[in-house]
Amino acid sequence: MSAVLEPTDGAGAAAVYCAWCGGARTEGEHAACDRRLATVDPPRHCPVCARRMVVQVDPVGWTARCSRHGESAGQNGFSWPGDEAKRELDP
Amino acid sequence: MTAVETGTTSEDTGEDVLAVAREQVLERGEGLSQEQVLAVLQLPSDRLSEALALAHEVRMRHCGPEVEVEGIVSLKTGGCPEDCHFCSQSGLFESPVRAAWLDKDRLVEAAKQTAKTGATEFCIVAAVRGPDAKLMEQVRAGIAAIRAEVDINVACSLGMLTQEQVDELAAMGVHRYNHNLETARSHFPEVVTTHSWEERWDTLQMVRAAGMEVCCGGIVGMGETLDQRAEFAVQLAELEPDEVPLNFLIPNPGTPFAHLEVPQGADALMTVAAFRLALPRTVLRFAGGRELTLGDLGAEQGMLGGVNAIIVGNYLTNLGRPAEQDLDMLETLKMPIKALNDTL
Repeated sequence: MSAVLEPTDGAGAAAVYCAWCGGARTEGEHAACDRRLATVDPPRHCPVCARRMVVQVDPVGWTARCSRHGESAGQNGFSWPGDEAKRELDP
Repeated sequence: MTAVETGTTSEDTGEDVLAVAREQVLERGEGLSQEQVLAVLQLPSDRLSEALALAHEVRMRHCGPEVEVEGIVSLKTGGCPEDCHFCSQSGLFESPVRAAWLDKDRLVEAAKQTAKTGATEFCIVAAVRGPDAKLMEQVRAGIAAIRAEVDINVACSLGMLTQEQVDELAAMGVHRYNHNLETARSHFPEVVTTHSWEERWDTLQMVRAAGMEVCCGGIVGMGETLDQRAEFAVQLAELEPDEVPLNFLIPNPGTPFAHLEVPQGADALMTVAAFRLALPRTVLRFAGGRELTLGDLGAEQGMLGGVNAIIVGNYLTNLGRPAEQDLDMLETLKMPIKALNDTL
């Protein structure tokens, strides 16, 4: 099960950063990052601005709060919006 | 290849170590020595199934078929002053994990979520060297709130304790206290430099003397040798803990161990079998890292290889499988979940 991190600034901001390493999605290889997000890690960086987020994990889910783009939440695993290849890794 | 060629014989008798373990551990209930544990860890991979099968027999004989299910939650995340090299919550490393506190309502909700899975244990964890007065007060209030709404045993993991804090936690009704030795005494200085293995040992002795159950395990895959892994198993046996949680390293970014490899599945499973043969009567729990190291199939093999307890759901900063997957696995394996009023 996974959740999609939706930018909450209402401006339709493009999600351009890797939620695991915080690097630009267009630069470098992020397959390993996506595997971690699909299995054992919640998002740590805001995909819109790359800021480190305050993340709370509980037994069934997680919440992640970006000081600029608000809070998102999910259950087990993280799904990158629109990334079909990543979604195939999800249980 | 014979056992003699692979160095997997008992030093005393020259017999194959699994044959010795069958008599010594299964029949007499005596855990393996350090040399014997090492011999198991050195078994060739084509004997893994045999080792797991024996470990399962030992678990069934000395512990029974029930599985103890537990949930855990982080009350205080990040900002820890200690330098445990595996931990993303140390404030001394450039980790992406930021400090966070869980409020009481969410703590109680986490306990409710855990109880819904059939779990009998709920462990409150804080990333600290040891609790200060503020944390102890939050724990006290949190436990009272959980007890008012949820029928579950409460455990705590709050780092190193003073005698006064041990007594306070016992008086709060804490059922079990977790404090991992993490690794062999000889390897500990390579893992933590801000406190000693002996300081952890001292806390565990106070916990036991106060009447709380002792939960103490560690992490496999932190650069220890097989000899040190065997040393750790025997040191745990000497402690005689009620529970041993077995974690497998998740190399976390920013930590000194970020560069280490995820432990290999076969290596991890042989370790599971070896630890069961060293600790025939202890609750042996699958904890963090099994998702990366073992996957779904490996988790089943572990449950059929000596493990008799699991953490379900998420961990402290990492995610686990959905609890339903583990509960389905236990049903498939025909392993009943331990009830709250049972004692393993």
